[in-house]
Amino acid sequence: MNSLLSLPFWLLGILKGLAVIAVIFPLAGACSMAERKVSAWMQGRPGPNRATVPWVAWIPGVGVALQRLGVFHLLADGLKFVFKEEPVPGQVNKFYFTLAPALAMIPAFTTVTVVPFGAYLASDGALVPLMLANVDVGLLAVFAVSSMGIYSLILAGWASNSKYSFLGGIRASAQLISYELSLTLAVVPVFLWINAPGAPSTWSLVKVVEFQGQPGFWGGAWFFITMPVSAIIFLIALFAETNRQPFDMPESEADLVGGFHTEYGAFKWSLFFVAEYSNMIVGSAVFILLFLGGWNPLPWVTLADFASWVGLTGHPVILGAVSVLIFIGKIILMIFLFMWVRWTVPRFRYDQVMKIGWQKLLPLAIANLVAYAVGIAFLQK
Amino acid sequence: MPIVQVQRKPLSLAERLYLPQVASGLLTTLRHLFSPRVTLQYPEERPAIPPGYRGVPTLVMDPNGREKCVSCQLCEFVCPPKAIRITPGAIPAESPEAHVEKAPQAFDIDMLRCIYCGLCEEVCPEEAIFLQKQYSMSGYSREEMVNHKDRLYELGGTLPDLHYKWDRKKAAEAESHTAG
Repeated sequence: MNSLLSLPFWLLGILKGLAVIAVIFPLAGACSMAERKVSAWMQGRPGPNRATVPWVAWIPGVGVALQRLGVFHLLADGLKFVFKEEPVPGQVNKFYFTLAPALAMIPAFTTVTVVPFGAYLASDGALVPLMLANVDVGLLAVFAVSSMGIYSLILAGWASNSKYSFLGGIRASAQLISYELSLTLAVVPVFLWINAPGAPSTWSLVKVVEFQGQPGFWGGAWFFITMPVSAIIFLIALFAETNRQPFDMPESEADLVGGFHTEYGAFKWSLFFVAEYSNMIVGSAVFILLFLGGWNPLPWVTLADFASWVGLTGHPVILGAVSVLIFIGKIILMIFLFMWVRWTVPRFRYDQVMKIGWQKLLPLAIANLVAYAVGIAFLQK
Repeated sequence: MPIVQVQRKPLSLAERLYLPQVASGLLTTLRHLFSPRVTLQYPEERPAIPPGYRGVPTLVMDPNGREKCVSCQLCEFVCPPKAIRITPGAIPAESPEAHVEKAPQAFDIDMLRCIYCGLCEEVCPEEAIFLQKQYSMSGYSREEMVNHKDRLYELGGTLPDLHYKWDRKKAAEAESHTAG
């Protein structure tokens, strides 16, 4: 570990960047596969189950099971996107048209670096988070960088020089602006609560998780329990921010063909796709860290308690792996929730989206903030 | 029937909050997540073809192996998309079926034109052409999609005959000869 950290700064940066790409790309692919399967099961279909690889198919039982699960469609889809013809329509602005998908990837991958995805206990009992860049601005960095993602949608919509793409881009920008307000206001109570007056203030996501693992009934309760309204507002705004159904206005294939990515195909399109799933993963990770106790296995059960129960206190590497597994398990549940909602709730109309954002969520978020600010002021006096 | 005034109820609080409605919808989809699949895995599983199904038109033989078509060309004339083309031919005098007089020399059904309407089956006085259960036709060329006579008999096979019309006719003729 120490020898790894003593590498030159630039090499470490490149390694971390490659690690993000190597993890998020297949993960996004797996999410797309899971989406196809979940949608199929909810509609009474078996879903994709045909693709197979010869030497795996020969393994009795396992081969057929993997084929039925559609695992190899993941490879087939990925290969298809890489090798198929890359059409660039004649009417587009080529430079910005090519730039937009790359721009979509940047915030999607950058936010991953500041999200802690696990922790282990050092020999002195201190909690050491596992993350690529431990910055104290934490959540602010996520918000600042993820809101850049909208530029790629606007750029794609504009550079495509097609009315459907353009409308998609416009809708995306209006929607993201509307819901970012509620999203940000919903998390303010959390940070009001964890920042004691007078003490050095922090936006660190690690601190939020540590705060949800304190002793006592109120200390051990996840913020989902103590601040349910914040959690629900954040979740709804998260659906809107990640352009997921029922808020997928920018795409809305029924009225806009494909929205901002109507004119895209092949690998460029798949970059948008990966960016969307990556945003979903990071968004659910942030939600879990803020409201669902991060890597703590259960409410009122911290990672340290869990480690002492199963006798992992002296094994930082195994404990770190277990914490990452717990965190990934929660992310999988969140991603499933995203898909579950997508195949349940039909898309809102555009005016309904605006109405929910400005007339319902924003006043609710402000009222929630005021209520918690007053409450916290009394409690922390 | 008297007029029934349907009450337009205002939305309840739960309905206006929308989230409880979403939750009930989520329950419905969750139930479907675990319910049995209804998809037919097509090439491996085939649908059950109901009686009276109008599949690919075929020519049939009677149980004695006699080709029933007498090339009267009624089907060719009735065929709305003009998919059928028959070249009539004579049955040689030394054949045991010489009294039927005619049989098709060539019988082509262009499956690129056929609309599976079943008029040929309806109009056939000899019950020689039937739309049977074959529903999947494919080929790599236009020529491959034309069913010739041998292919039509191969698809059609043998169907039970209720009348044995020509055998009875021959028997009646022989009887009248002996009687007369």
